[in-house]
Amino acid sequence: MLENWPLLSLLIWLPIAGGMVVLALGERFRSAAKITALAVTLLTFYLCIPLYGYFDNTQSAMQFIEQQPWIAGLNIFYHLGIDGIALPLIVLTALMTLLVVAAGWQVIQKRVAQYLAAFLIMEGLMIGVFAALDAILFYVFFEAMLIPMFLIIGVWGGPNRIYATLKFFLYTFFGSVLFLLALIYLHLQSGGFEILEFHQLPLGATQQLWIFLAFLFAFGVKVPMFPLHTWLPDAHVEAPTGGSVILAAITLKIGAYGFLRFALPITPDACLQLSGLVIVLSLVAVVYVGFVALAQKDLKKLIAYSSIAHMGFVTLGAFVMFAMLADVAPADKTATAILGLQGAMVQMVSHGFVSAALFLCVGVLYDRMHTRLIGDYGGVANSMPVFAAFMVLFALANTGLPGTSGFVGEFLVILASFKVSLWYAIPAATTLVLGASYTLWMIKRVVFGDIANERVAALKDIDQREFGILALLAIAVIVIGVWPQPLLDVMQPSIENLVQHILQSKL
Amino acid sequence: MQYIYLSIVLFSLIGAIIVGLGCSRLSRVAAHSIAITGVAIAFVLSLFVLFNVTLQHAPVYNGSVYQWASLGGLSLEIGFLIDGLTALMITVVSFISLLVHIYTIGYMRDDPGYNRFFSYISMFTFAMLMLVMSNNFLQLFFGWEAVGLASYLLIGFWFKRPTATAAGLKAFLINRVGDFGFILGIAAIFAVSGSLDYQTVFQQAPVIAELNVVGLGDGSGSMLTLICIFLFIGAMGKSAQVPLHIWLPDSMEGPTPISALIHAATMVTAGVFMVARMSPLFEYSETALSFILVIGALTALLMGMVGIVQHDIKRVIAYSTLSQLGYMVVALGASAYSAAIFHLMTHAFFKALLFLAAGSVIIALHHEQDMRRMGGLRKLMPVTYWTCLIGALALIGFPGLSGFYSKDMIIEVVGHSKLWGAGVAEFCVVVGVFVTALYTFRMIFLTFHGQPRFDAHTAAQIKESPHVVTIPLILLAIPSVLVGALTVKPLLFGDLLRNALVVFNIHNTLLKAHPEFHGVISYTFHSLQSPALYLAAAGVFTAWWLYIKQPQWPAKIKTALLPLHHILRRKYWVDEIYQNGIAAGSRALADRLWRFGDAFIIDGIIINGSARLITRGADRLRNVQSGYLFHYAFAMIVGLLLLLGWMYLR
Repeated sequence: MLENWPLLSLLIWLPIAGGMVVLALGERFRSAAKITALAVTLLTFYLCIPLYGYFDNTQSAMQFIEQQPWIAGLNIFYHLGIDGIALPLIVLTALMTLLVVAAGWQVIQKRVAQYLAAFLIMEGLMIGVFAALDAILFYVFFEAMLIPMFLIIGVWGGPNRIYATLKFFLYTFFGSVLFLLALIYLHLQSGGFEILEFHQLPLGATQQLWIFLAFLFAFGVKVPMFPLHTWLPDAHVEAPTGGSVILAAITLKIGAYGFLRFALPITPDACLQLSGLVIVLSLVAVVYVGFVALAQKDLKKLIAYSSIAHMGFVTLGAFVMFAMLADVAPADKTATAILGLQGAMVQMVSHGFVSAALFLCVGVLYDRMHTRLIGDYGGVANSMPVFAAFMVLFALANTGLPGTSGFVGEFLVILASFKVSLWYAIPAATTLVLGASYTLWMIKRVVFGDIANERVAALKDIDQREFGILALLAIAVIVIGVWPQPLLDVMQPSIENLVQHILQSKL
Repeated sequence: MQYIYLSIVLFSLIGAIIVGLGCSRLSRVAAHSIAITGVAIAFVLSLFVLFNVTLQHAPVYNGSVYQWASLGGLSLEIGFLIDGLTALMITVVSFISLLVHIYTIGYMRDDPGYNRFFSYISMFTFAMLMLVMSNNFLQLFFGWEAVGLASYLLIGFWFKRPTATAAGLKAFLINRVGDFGFILGIAAIFAVSGSLDYQTVFQQAPVIAELNVVGLGDGSGSMLTLICIFLFIGAMGKSAQVPLHIWLPDSMEGPTPISALIHAATMVTAGVFMVARMSPLFEYSETALSFILVIGALTALLMGMVGIVQHDIKRVIAYSTLSQLGYMVVALGASAYSAAIFHLMTHAFFKALLFLAAGSVIIALHHEQDMRRMGGLRKLMPVTYWTCLIGALALIGFPGLSGFYSKDMIIEVVGHSKLWGAGVAEFCVVVGVFVTALYTFRMIFLTFHGQPRFDAHTAAQIKESPHVVTIPLILLAIPSVLVGALTVKPLLFGDLLRNALVVFNIHNTLLKAHPEFHGVISYTFHSLQSPALYLAAAGVFTAWWLYIKQPQWPAKIKTALLPLHHILRRKYWVDEIYQNGIAAGSRALADRLWRFGDAFIIDGIIINGSARLITRGADRLRNVQSGYLFHYAFAMIVGLLLLLGWMYLR
């Protein structure tokens, strides 16, 4: 029965409608609003089960297609559909929103209904981004998404939130404008806004180059890639916990998803031409940003920089195969490309879990001590042993320990990089040392040691609600680490299809 | 059979999980019973596998358990390779782990983290077994990192002590430096062979040996040498070879059972095991073998010498471990992989014994580790004394004891090696024998002989440790005596390891040293002629002279050789180089990059700078719209004139 439902539309509009209801209930019906929000996120997550169940992972074509004319004059359609690349990200979005609602349950005191509504609307818009097959539809979701995030940081954020929101908004908006220009140009070439038609569009070298640069800027800001990354630490520091979780777990992935959905298939030759640049920027993200993370004194900034370094692996995995020499056998090239892209995708999903978990852990501490400075902590394990166990686990996942999800993506990307060149693999592999340094040094200063001060001594360990949230993430992190095959299976045909497409020159 | 193999690893994992999750709820008895049962089952099954392989001559088992990932033509699996090498390793690992589990009941009796400790050591056992049973590089890396994790958690077990957490972090990070090389080695193997399965890779070794490295120097570097050196960097981290050795002495911050199990008997030998397992690759690269030879030799001698000046009883044994690991690595470099594994095994028994005996002393003295406050414990703790003495004799290579056979063989094979660096290596291992005997018996004499150097109040309280402590000591003393004589034939000259190891004829130093094996007794007598034995005797005599006969001499020697003493006390300043050079340098660099790169250039100049530029520009531009009519009129007239002038001139 469920398979005939417009599941994607439901996944998009149910949370948005739910958000409107929560907004309407407002502060006067505070508890009703909270329960509605929880129910809507639960139901949305529940809808992902049939989505996964009915998803056919033997084929690479778009599934769950819905198509309605929207603006007929310009050939714009309300066109939805997903493949194996979008599916895991949609499930991730639904799960993260659920966790964020649960995490903010008692913590947010100011304008709860509006806070929850913002996240619900955000959820629908983000799912819309992943499900859209029409470029304008994608663009609308992509842009609309900025508004709730802008509000989340601007209203519930920290003291310096205005600077952070402005920076965040201007950066992303600037990228978006270039993206829109590229879309209009593509529209003029193809007569429509079908993303899949864009993929087939023959484009000359110069055309591709300009379009690619627009994409690079638009998505590079979102990922964020060095040197477009400085908005992220500021935004994270000022954002409330839920905002940080969504920002790290989902919105960064939208940038990488944009590369896979637009840049690689539409402008493969420009990708080839500029792959060196992207690879170098990715490696700078891994090494330079890894060092910068080491210098941080603020927990959230540290995790934010760590996110940038980890996202470096995503862009590296997505672009590294372009740098393979022309004389390499095509089969070898395909295999390496699959390895890199699968690695990038797993890294995205894994980083979604791990960074979200770390931000939630910081949230747990912040709720109790109202400080994010590493120096204010010390010996948390004494007063919060259960919490400490979780935080250490997620920290280890962040260092890419085998058996956790953090290992899988990095490992696959390093394998692919070495296949391309020793000189890409060496800087990439420094993450083993750098990642461990900044993460575990932080753990040493925050979690271990003797009780640093009275406030740490007075800390209460996590309650059942917090335990449930962290346990769920812990299970996800370990399951993907021990057995990534099911996740890879979902993505395999789509990635193979993408690889076939991008390794073929359009010239 | 595969269910037996699976059970070996799973029972210790299940033990770890149950005890770990039920940490706060389980009683102590329940916790240690569960953990010990898991490891005991693993030991019994390992013994069964060992018998099956040795006596029944079971064929090599190579099978997968499940597919971890498959993508783009690459299949990554979790699986087991069971041959003589694996069977031997799992037996040693599970045996020592079992004894350490039992010993822990006594040692950690009063510790609030009792259950957590059992969970960690069971988890460690699982990881170590996975590492040695692996049939592929992925799982090897899994086990490799997981034992590192266990080591990190256990060194920092007493997490309130800043020194303990610092030592844990240091161990993890230095190991990660090694793993940086190791993962590159694995990636290189994948790049050239398209597989991470041992068998597939080893079959391709002759082909890989022909390949050159693209993009490095003039392109004539051997790919296989690069791979082997990368892999060996991993081994240098895990097996604490110079210059990645500095974490091991600090790891003594952890509870003593851990020092015995992880930092002496099992985990630190993982690097040695790995190189032996990869012998089909290493044999092709003489450059890599020479590198291994030299690194091992430096570790063997230099670290042993540091052991002479240590006061902390555990640190003496820790430096001894470093030195003995150096011996094993030297054997690897001389292509005598079986001799390395042989020494790994005998060392596992007697070094675990020495650590546990030291632990017994430490608990008797209420966590006193400084030998300057010990002495005369022989009468008070007879079981500890005699077992410790057996361990010490085995370590220095007393004829007939286990260490005698294994160490002597290493010294002999190095003498037959023709590789570059073999001369240095031979010098180091021969001199090392004297050094070993000296620091070992310095420790024995300072701890158990002479006058007690603690107060009468402490003396009244000292008693022999409980049975859970002494029985493991006795059970370790037995193999420390016997295992060498019993296994020298099957290990070195039999076919227990023959399926697992590859040695080229030109590198076969073992065969050159002993073209024929005439039995243990004649072998023992043969070795009586070697200089090593007399050097060891000289070392014991020196220790006796200095610490029993003329106890005032060491101070005099110290004054006479002050510069040398200083070098050894400062441990060649390697820690300082790391601390003040690398660690502090990285932190300073990190700070600079952040303040200069991110905050100053990107944010300060580019982002806020362009914002300021726009603001300022807008400010200027705003003046144009002044609202005064005469401004606009003036502008119009100037504009009109310019326009007309331009048209006229055209």
